[in-house]
Amino acid sequence: MMSTNRIISYAQAINEALKEEMALDDRVILLGEDIGSYGGVFKVTKGLFDEFGKERVIDTPISETGFIGAGVGAAMTGLKPVIEIMWIDFSLVAMDQIINQAAKMAYMSGGQTSVPMVIRTQGGGGRGNGAQHSQSLETLFAHIPGLKVVAPSTPYDAKGLLKSSIREGSPVIFIEHKMLYSQKGEVPEEEYTIPLGKADIKRSGKDVTIVTLSRMVQFSLEAAKELEKEGIDAEVIDLRTLVPLDIETVKESVKKTNRVVVVHEATRSYGWGAEIAARIQEEAFDDLDAPVQRVGAEDVPVPYNLNLEKEMLPQTKDIIQGVKKSLYLQMETV
Amino acid sequence: MAKKAKNVVVDSEKQFDAIRKEFQTFQILNEKGEVVNEDAMPSLSDEELKELMRRMVFTRVLDQRSISLNRQGRLGFYAPTAGQEASQIASHFALEKEDFILPGYRDIPQLVWHGLPLYQAFLYSRGHFHGNQMPEDVNAFSPQIIIGAQYVQAAGVALGLKKRGKKAVAVTYTGDGGTSQGDFYEGINFAGAFKAPAIFIVQNNRFAISTPVEVQTSAETLAQKAVAAGIPGIQVDGMDPLAVYAAVKEARERAINGEGPTLIETLCYRYGPHTMAGDDPTRYRAKELDDEWEAKDPLVRFRNFLQAKGLWSEEEENEVIEKAKEDIKEAIKKADETPKQKVTDLINIMFEEGSWPYNLKEQYEIYKEKESK
Ligand SMILES: Cc1ncc(C[n+]2csc(CCOP(=O)(O)OP(=O)(O)O)c2C)c(N)n1
Repeated sequence: MMSTNRIISYAQAINEALKEEMALDDRVILLGEDIGSYGGVFKVTKGLFDEFGKERVIDTPISETGFIGAGVGAAMTGLKPVIEIMWIDFSLVAMDQIINQAAKMAYMSGGQTSVPMVIRTQGGGGRGNGAQHSQSLETLFAHIPGLKVVAPSTPYDAKGLLKSSIREGSPVIFIEHKMLYSQKGEVPEEEYTIPLGKADIKRSGKDVTIVTLSRMVQFSLEAAKELEKEGIDAEVIDLRTLVPLDIETVKESVKKTNRVVVVHEATRSYGWGAEIAARIQEEAFDDLDAPVQRVGAEDVPVPYNLNLEKEMLPQTKDIIQGVKKSLYLQMETV
Repeated sequence: MAKKAKNVVVDSEKQFDAIRKEFQTFQILNEKGEVVNEDAMPSLSDEELKELMRRMVFTRVLDQRSISLNRQGRLGFYAPTAGQEASQIASHFALEKEDFILPGYRDIPQLVWHGLPLYQAFLYSRGHFHGNQMPEDVNAFSPQIIIGAQYVQAAGVALGLKKRGKKAVAVTYTGDGGTSQGDFYEGINFAGAFKAPAIFIVQNNRFAISTPVEVQTSAETLAQKAVAAGIPGIQVDGMDPLAVYAAVKEARERAINGEGPTLIETLCYRYGPHTMAGDDPTRYRAKELDDEWEAKDPLVRFRNFLQAKGLWSEEEENEVIEKAKEDIKEAIKKADETPKQKVTDLINIMFEEGSWPYNLKEQYEIYKEKESK
């Protein structure tokens, strides 16, 4: 049966994924601060406490190391914890449990144990939340062998990818974006999943390839729309997951466009854009007609002030500029 | 209920009873403002008592005005303070200028009374970096937002004060939720191990956003967590300014004396929402609980106490209220007049001059060019 074109928000889509996976598998438990009857500060776990009870939707003390560490222990012994870290910035409090422990347990037990655990969190700026509540830290996790890293841009992707993440046998860092929670999109009634490691071409084009994820997908699509007016046809690839990385889809695109602009909200220096650029020059050098451009945040902490935040974080106009640079087009000075 | 375990090796009931006995709530003024603990009365002059009241009244007005300024979009981040005046202001009142404060995001009043100009407190709320720049004579860090981090840092500040032979203490604040963090335990333990002159104040306002303190821990008091670190701990009635003052005063003496840190839990309540960013406390707090705590109000209690001594009148209170409103108006004006921050300012404040990474130098030049237009 075909679904009606049901429109729900990104937050609702994530909520549905949690609900469905919890109903399907009673090993799935949720842990986090204020996720119980309060429903989470971004209301993502709304209603789950009532439906599944306090044994499975667990309000924790404020101790990220505590409940991520507990999650590692529980995951290694048969549960499937899905942990909410209220702001990605607070995951830094628990880095030992994530990087030294969760990421390495399978390896260090000779493959005997695994940590099937998802850390759901939200990152990014756009809300004027300041330096310790606005970071884009996906590269930090992607750099660590043993972790998978997901960062969805639409309600549809968020739901399908979260369901797959919960079914994974290894730890997944699932990074939502605070500015996307209220964004709406089509999500079918019937069940579906999206495999990790498959990029999605959000717009096809022939002149230039924009490689991006999370909120920057929206910005890149806006940029593509603007560029179209000037006769530039941009392809927008949403990586959706950083680990595993679908470099094949990117390379296919480069074959066609011969130009790449990587766009991420994270600071430009040492960001994952450098990894994409390196992979392209290693594996598709002959397809390039221009150097790979990177668009990212300036190398300062994210300002609290909204106007300044806009200055620092990549905007549509910066993406347009990056594209023009890759096309060797004259830019108006800004 | 299942049959109780035998408890031959350890008598858990006896243990808990002993702790319960030692961690009674310390009080000097009851809810009516009557002195119930004459022996513990701190020696404060009439003028000092009045000054403490003035500061609490001023702070209540500051809270009310900050909330409405936030609603008008004229202030940014704000965490309400009403209900915590005794805990915040009376604890600060026991400090000296040279003492060092490490506040949390709700502790703007202590910073203001320690000397941070009000307009800077407003700039902090608006996210202007000048709001975080402490004046030369104000020993304080800017408010901590990562729960618990200030506790470990306070141990370090205290260690430094001791090493430099200062007769001063480091005082840090967190909420009940903060006591669940590893940083909390590490901070009190570290300071204890080195007998560092620190005072750790836990403002137990019963909720961490929506989470009640009972979810944080099985410990009946937060003060008793001191025992594990081998330092003194005390639970005080945090709606009683004299009890809070006396507890901090004594902790300060101990610290200066080389006897190490103290953990102080103040039982209080935040009347308002967690912050002004959309929290609705009626979703997790019953009206009866609000009423119960508002009946303990520190201002009401202290007003009764002062009036019974003939030290306080309605006119005096109104004077403070008017003065507060006036000061706030001035401060907002001054905050409005402060030059807007620029991207180059932000780059400028990150590293010492001449030690910039090349990428920042590049970005600085680009923005300098842009801003000059
Ligand atoms: C490490 C960390 N985890 C979570 C948060 C999100 N958070 C901000 S305030 C808060 C509640 C704090 O409660 P409490 O310590 O009791 O202080 P109160 O707000 O009641 O003064 C939480 C969970 C944070 N800022 N930092």
